[in-house]
Amino acid sequence: MSSERVGSIISISGPVVSAKGIPDIKIGEVVYVGEERLLGEVVRVARDHFVVQVYEDTGGVRPEEPVYASGKLLVAELGPGLMSSVFDGVQRPLNVILEKTGPFIRRGVKVNALPRDKKWEFKPTVKVGDKVSPGDVIGTVQETSMIEHRIMVPPGISGVVKEIHEGNFTVEDTVAVIETASGQVELNMIQEWPVRRPRPFAERLTSEVPLIIGQRVIDTFFPVAKGGAAAIPGGFGTGKTVTLHKVAMYSDSQVVIYIGCGERGNEIAEMLKEFPELIDPKSGKSIMERSIIIANTSNMPVSAREASIYMGITMAEYYRDQGYHVTLIADSTSRWAEALREISGRLGEMPVERGYPAYLPDRIAEFYERGGRVRALGSPEREGSVTVLGAVSPPGGDFNEPVTIHTLRFVGTMWALDPELAYRRHFPAINWLRSFSQYAEIVERWWVKNVAEDFPRYRAKALRLLTVSSEIEAIASVVGESALPDDQRLILLAAEILKEGFLRQTALTGVDVFCPPLKQYWLLKLMIDFFDRAYDLITRRVSVEEIVNLPEVYEMMRVKEDERDLDAVKELYQRVMAKLDSIAKRHGVVLEQTPMSG
Amino acid sequence: MVELAREAVKRYPGKVYRGAKEIRGSLMIVDGVEDAGYDEVVRILGKDGKERFGRVLETSEGHAVVQILGDREGLETDTLVKFTGTTFKIRVSEDVLGRMFNGRFEPIDGLPPVVAGEEREISGEPMNPVARVYPYQFIQTGISVIDGMFSLIRGQKLPIFSVSGLPHNRVAAQLARQATVRGEGESFAVVFAGIGLRNTEAEFFIEQFRETGALERLVAILNLANDPAVERLMTPRIALTVAEYLAFDLGMHVLVIMSDMTNYCEALREISTARGEIPGRLGYPGYMYSDLATIYERAGIVKGKNGSITLFPILTMPGGDLRHPIPDLTGYITEGQIFLSRELSAQGIYPPVNVLPSLSRLMKSGIGKGKTREDHRYVADQLYDAYSRGVKARDLARIIGEVGLSKRMRNFLKFAEEFERKFVNQGFYENRSIEETLDLAWQVLSILPEEELVRIPKRLIEKYHPKYRRG
Repeated sequence: MSSERVGSIISISGPVVSAKGIPDIKIGEVVYVGEERLLGEVVRVARDHFVVQVYEDTGGVRPEEPVYASGKLLVAELGPGLMSSVFDGVQRPLNVILEKTGPFIRRGVKVNALPRDKKWEFKPTVKVGDKVSPGDVIGTVQETSMIEHRIMVPPGISGVVKEIHEGNFTVEDTVAVIETASGQVELNMIQEWPVRRPRPFAERLTSEVPLIIGQRVIDTFFPVAKGGAAAIPGGFGTGKTVTLHKVAMYSDSQVVIYIGCGERGNEIAEMLKEFPELIDPKSGKSIMERSIIIANTSNMPVSAREASIYMGITMAEYYRDQGYHVTLIADSTSRWAEALREISGRLGEMPVERGYPAYLPDRIAEFYERGGRVRALGSPEREGSVTVLGAVSPPGGDFNEPVTIHTLRFVGTMWALDPELAYRRHFPAINWLRSFSQYAEIVERWWVKNVAEDFPRYRAKALRLLTVSSEIEAIASVVGESALPDDQRLILLAAEILKEGFLRQTALTGVDVFCPPLKQYWLLKLMIDFFDRAYDLITRRVSVEEIVNLPEVYEMMRVKEDERDLDAVKELYQRVMAKLDSIAKRHGVVLEQTPMSG
Repeated sequence: MVELAREAVKRYPGKVYRGAKEIRGSLMIVDGVEDAGYDEVVRILGKDGKERFGRVLETSEGHAVVQILGDREGLETDTLVKFTGTTFKIRVSEDVLGRMFNGRFEPIDGLPPVVAGEEREISGEPMNPVARVYPYQFIQTGISVIDGMFSLIRGQKLPIFSVSGLPHNRVAAQLARQATVRGEGESFAVVFAGIGLRNTEAEFFIEQFRETGALERLVAILNLANDPAVERLMTPRIALTVAEYLAFDLGMHVLVIMSDMTNYCEALREISTARGEIPGRLGYPGYMYSDLATIYERAGIVKGKNGSITLFPILTMPGGDLRHPIPDLTGYITEGQIFLSRELSAQGIYPPVNVLPSLSRLMKSGIGKGKTREDHRYVADQLYDAYSRGVKARDLARIIGEVGLSKRMRNFLKFAEEFERKFVNQGFYENRSIEETLDLAWQVLSILPEEELVRIPKRLIEKYHPKYRRG
């Protein structure tokens, strides 16, 4: 800007500030408010005034203080140096703030998202004379031990490479010069992108591969595809954050971006303690090397909470465009929606349901729609994805509220958390009757190809068992379990084994922290084949008591934690089958070799 | 009656405004104001000669909305209004220890005000999440059900969700009396924020501290039931500002007890309504979550500082409903919750903790080998599991009779009753070590057949189960 555009404050109400005096101010433009130059964004313009949403505390700010326009939209800085960082909701690195202002965050701090002094070794992948267009990779930088950062031609620039430099550069140094139709353009390693606008890509692809999390109830029953979207609603204490942390730590994502949006500070402290210590089994490196954390905790300014979601998804898209499979975790989207509500209220907008603005469903849809699996722009050809996982914190744990309702319209998977399970310390407290996954059928092909051909049948059977058993339980609660017929008692037993031995997975350490797909399959096979054979016995008049009291029943519930891992499951399988065979023999019953027990 | 013009010159140097446009409820609207800052403190002098305080809620050119703190009876529109130019601050120094203040930080113990020390804004600043140390030190409260099943960790915020008439204040007092981190002789302090408390409740707390001789380690900020409701908004913030000073400047381990946060939320609603804001659930403002977070999130431990703030708020659930916005929003912010139950209390069980919905989120980091005992986590899990089955059996027995239960269910039922009577129940002056607590847990668990203990590794069963220990 040649001449500074300065206005003055008319009024202040919490994070909403009205000002006047800049006639050409734009919606979405970043402004600096007051003597302390607090960061804000213009959310409404009128002929004689404009309204700013301020991302910092406005206590003590007075009318008539100045407002400085920046001429820029709210953007994310994209380039090497994002990985392993911890940012606040407006992309200020919290470690740098810590150095500057100590353990408490003072307002008005100005820091760059990307370090300006650090030098990166840039290796060109194009030569002088090559033709390049948006999205083309012109060189790479080893950002962390796990992430090769691919420097791409920014949107809107195409032409011929006139200069390309190899060596060590800061993000602001010129690494290439492109001769375009409208003149020469110097490229450095920073791109800016307006956070509220989705980044472009070549083509949307369908999601076929599951995100493997190592949690049985998710991978086997309610999977999410890479590039899909899942919501995890639940009241407090049901384990949203713990489940999402597990995804962040153990899933097979290449990049994880975790947005702590209006949640607890100690949860971020916990991640910062655990992530660096946790080693990714494939690369042998700390998972912090592939993670970005955005922490706008509940006590930090509300309006920055609103921005944090967009900051996160913009960074996710940027790594997707480089060709990575990114998992974006937003914990919690309800706090984001509440920030929308608060700002909307202060703007005097007409509320609809529970005080939320009428555009809430649009905002939720826009957010989840930025996920997906895509072919990126430019060459070399790259495929990447953004899987979006959002926690929802419904008031009173009641799913019948606007944020949960609208979220469920736009996601393919729901992990419904259940306080009853949580009270029993059955974790993950994902209710198997209320949850759903629209990806289950699609990703089953992956299981058939990579794990076992008969996996879909076992899965279907297990789900059926769980459903039927819940109906029987309802009857049992009236007549008592002992009054039930033997076959129904066996179903209850099998369901109990499934719940305790398969669905429940609380381990913080040891082998059960991450359950690989093949072990998931074998556990399921063990329990379902046991049920089928036992059922066969019962229909031939063997008493259910003989089966209920088998010591192997308890072993099936615990074998998941056996240090010998898969071997223990296979070994138990042999013993269980042999035991049932011997019962059959004792009663002179010949068991049919069921196709599933092979 | 005082002559306002003369008082203005005498008391308030600089610019003073005379005359309010309107006084409505606790709000005063002042016109012709040039530069009132948002959240700035205002002094108001009425014709009755009484000075009151207020805060700026909204400011625009030539117009300010001021919230009057304290009593407003006797005010007329012809008053003096002085905008002080600063937000609400208090002076903190070592002298605050052993003192008692009201919700405006004026001494109520007959001693002079604190004059030494640094001025601090009571709203505080958000703790940088990367500056936090993840809490990890087990605090032994000597109360079995808390230590055993939802351990309190230094730096945690763990509330009691109670109902009017239950002994939550006794639990808090017992906890304050008994809480220790073992093997440490570090300096500690208790900050007590009484929010809308009845006189007898406040006296009960003070008496408890006097009894243990801990009065000189106590700072009490008391807003009583008959004090102005709007000051309830400041009481917890003053308490935390004092606590932050003691913890992060003086390096003390501070336990902050707040009772009753429900009164705080009611005051918040009252003021929000007076301002004509769009209400959220049950008339509570939509920003109540964020507002409560700015209080609760001030608990914690900071890198490079010795002290810590552990927060133990008490709230009474209106109508005993845990889905009410107050407990609901609190539970989303705090690191767990301890529920008290009327049913258990009616059966004479103290502390009447409803175990199943209670939880401590930080427990896992503070227990186990080298911290409490290696079997702690498994025993706690097993107790939960068995007790939840026992409660289910009890419900079932109400329908089909105890004889209709399977033998297995009857075992769990018996367990549940023993668990409540022996493990949960204890005396107000009974201080159990964590080993005593865990051994008691094993005793109760041994009612169940050994193979039912599926949540405990065999190795630990063989080491701690009474059957094996006896010989």
